Amino acid sequence: MQTITRDILLEKAASLLASGTVNRVLGWKKGEFIYDVTPAVFTNAEDMYRHFTFDCFCGANFSKYLIKETQKEGKVLVFLKPCDSYSFNQLLTEHRFDREKVYAVGIPCDGMMDASTVKALAPEGLTGAERNGDALILHTLYDGDVTVSYADHLPDRCKHCKSKKVVAYDEMLGENGEVTDAGRFDEVAALEAMTEDERFAFWQNELSRCIRCNACRDVCPACTCEKCVFDNPGSGVENKAISDRFEEKLFHVIRAFHVAGRCTDCGECSRVCPQNIPLHLLNRKFIYDIDRNYGDYMAGAEEGSRAPLVNYQIADPEAGEVVSGAGGDKV
Amino acid sequence: MREVMVISMMKKCAKSNLTALLHALSVYAPLYLPVNGNGKDTRAKYTRYEDGMVYSTDLNTVRSAKDFFFPQTENLVNFKVEGKNIEIIDPRTEEEDFILFGVRACDFKSFDVLDRVFLSEPVDSYYASRRAHGIIFTMACTRPAETCFCTTFGINPAEPAGDVSCYMTEADLYLDAKTERGEAILAKLEDLLTDTDSTDIKTVEDQKTCIASRMEKLPLAALSTEKFGGDKLDTLFDDPRWESLSEACLACGTCTYVCPTCQCYDIKDFNTGHGVCRFRYWDSCMYSEFTKMSAGQPRLTQMQRFRQRFMHKLVYYPANNDGLFSCVGCGRCLASCPISMNIVKVMKTFSEEVSDNGSK
Amino acid sequence: MQVNENNEFRPKIVAFCCNWCSYAGADLAGNNRLAYPADIKIIRVPCSCRVNPMFILRAFQRGADGVILCGCHPGDCHYTSGNYYTRRRMAMLFSMLNYLGIEKERTRVEWVSAAEGAKFAATMQDFAEKVKALGPNKRLEDLRCKQ
Repeated sequence: MQTITRDILLEKAASLLASGTVNRVLGWKKGEFIYDVTPAVFTNAEDMYRHFTFDCFCGANFSKYLIKETQKEGKVLVFLKPCDSYSFNQLLTEHRFDREKVYAVGIPCDGMMDASTVKALAPEGLTGAERNGDALILHTLYDGDVTVSYADHLPDRCKHCKSKKVVAYDEMLGENGEVTDAGRFDEVAALEAMTEDERFAFWQNELSRCIRCNACRDVCPACTCEKCVFDNPGSGVENKAISDRFEEKLFHVIRAFHVAGRCTDCGECSRVCPQNIPLHLLNRKFIYDIDRNYGDYMAGAEEGSRAPLVNYQIADPEAGEVVSGAGGDKV
Repeated sequence: MREVMVISMMKKCAKSNLTALLHALSVYAPLYLPVNGNGKDTRAKYTRYEDGMVYSTDLNTVRSAKDFFFPQTENLVNFKVEGKNIEIIDPRTEEEDFILFGVRACDFKSFDVLDRVFLSEPVDSYYASRRAHGIIFTMACTRPAETCFCTTFGINPAEPAGDVSCYMTEADLYLDAKTERGEAILAKLEDLLTDTDSTDIKTVEDQKTCIASRMEKLPLAALSTEKFGGDKLDTLFDDPRWESLSEACLACGTCTYVCPTCQCYDIKDFNTGHGVCRFRYWDSCMYSEFTKMSAGQPRLTQMQRFRQRFMHKLVYYPANNDGLFSCVGCGRCLASCPISMNIVKVMKTFSEEVSDNGSK
Repeated sequence: MQVNENNEFRPKIVAFCCNWCSYAGADLAGNNRLAYPADIKIIRVPCSCRVNPMFILRAFQRGADGVILCGCHPGDCHYTSGNYYTRRRMAMLFSMLNYLGIEKERTRVEWVSAAEGAKFAATMQDFAEKVKALGPNKRLEDLRCKQ
């Protein structure tokens, strides 16, 4: 299998820019350290040669940026990892951007590191990192080189990857993968197997850390309302205050509910959370419930599919059956 | 908060006695210290000490120590409605002394930045009361991280100040009282502390030298504030590079909420059904409805909001505060921004000569 | 939450009832002098489908100890399909609340037609008892509203 490197992407971008197929490129710009890669728009190959980067820290999902980018003149080149491509399809389903203004290049992915994961491995003085197969070598200021297994230390969203298949592209680089579903509901099932008291304690501990920074919402490719209800002073719930117990739960339940059936399980919410709250476990709970009760459904797997919460079957189970079937109190 | 500086002998406590020391401190006053989390997030956060807790030597807490003086949500006044009567209730209770243990030099400096906002006329009595009751034990940073750049703002992590400055070595904890209040509290801990001799003083001096040399080797050691300051408004405000810098910004409030010096807040009334809670809460200049008035939000685009944050830290604040920058180089925003855009990248970009096509 | 003279816990229960079936069912229960607990506070909605998840959470915030949603039987919706959507939505929402540790007996969906006054009274009786047995809602409360 061909490994996708920075050079391959650079070459592709340069040729598409040169041929006039696109006039800009949505890509990753290297930062100060190994892990602080920033999404950026490049307009010429020269800039790309200087600043563009591609490595195992390029986890950001680009699809949401297309809403803004496609409002500009000309076509934009975007690199889509499998996760991004599901969001891409979902946004198209919701008519959120103009497909004609995007040139999508699919790239395979075998899991991406992120800043908080890698910083947990070397919290102080991480000056660089290299990947060699499954070995991730971290260069540190005080402890020398630390080598860890890449696969074992991937963030949760990648450890339990839903799919390695790019589902939307104009052109695929490298070899496309398959839908994997690597036990992604295991953790949800483990929580469901707990008692109500234990679950409450778990979520109280996790959600009470929320600082209402809204990063989960702002990064989410399914959260594309022009004006979020939580930003609207007229809604009565616009509330930036945290209050022990209620407000964080209101926010996270309503947000998860609003994206239920539309969430592509890209896990960006958990990646960006500055408090490391496992927010993807809320979304995966909805996906798991939908799969079990209304048939398997993967948002974004195909463009134009009808989301389960705007659909129904006459034979659907009753609410009470769903609640007790899915982890009612097992004591 | 200015206090009389004192010169007294540094004390020492064997690490084996640290638990006893923390216990003694918690008996003296409620004690808050960094403790590693027990959920999905094991990073350190300030926690009220209870016996059995272990002090975390993590370089910094995820949230800054400003929470103790300027909490994220704070009830200012309650109104209780009964029939036609409205009772006005001040929810504040008598503030008692509390101890903050393990504050790093950057966070300690942030209190100075906040003081200039909240303690200048009209004095914020909520903040002032907390500040007057907080006793601060700082801790020197022996293992500064790659994201640290406090020295850029003239902060010395080897001299963290506070009421008591602490230095931790393999075997001992050294406590150096810096104020009368610090001295008084150390006097109460006499049983657990011993005097220091010249060997001890050398140990601490060696640690300070070691910290200084480590700071010099950090990747951000050369970061300079040369291009910034209260007089740089005209050169920076209309710079075209703000556009590309802010391009990927998601408009979330992460940077402002983890920042030890961000001090913007809003006040709101919450209808409880039988009364009103008037509370203030942190606001973020990154939000679309920040400072929204009847005529709308004065900063219409994300570029303008993004620019506001960095201009405030590097230009507006120093213009009003004798050149003091309102960034302390703690590096929290570098580690937590979802798209990894941060003050260091902004400073470096503007420190470059206007290059190439004037945009990147 | 209320406490009466005997120091007995009296739950506060919000019942969202659709205008065409369940609210009429409540009327019928009244006309037939069928008793159901006074702890039930009915909120009339045009269709069970009108109920936004936010309504449910806000009811809990404002002190409800239990929330029940009543609509026409599946197939009998005045708007043809409103209650089918309700069924999916509330199944998802209540399952999520339970996942967060909120007791599952605090939430319920029940189909009550205009002719089922007796069922309405019996349902409310049963629901109120279950909620009462659970005690006050502590897991989804807003402490500010309790001051």
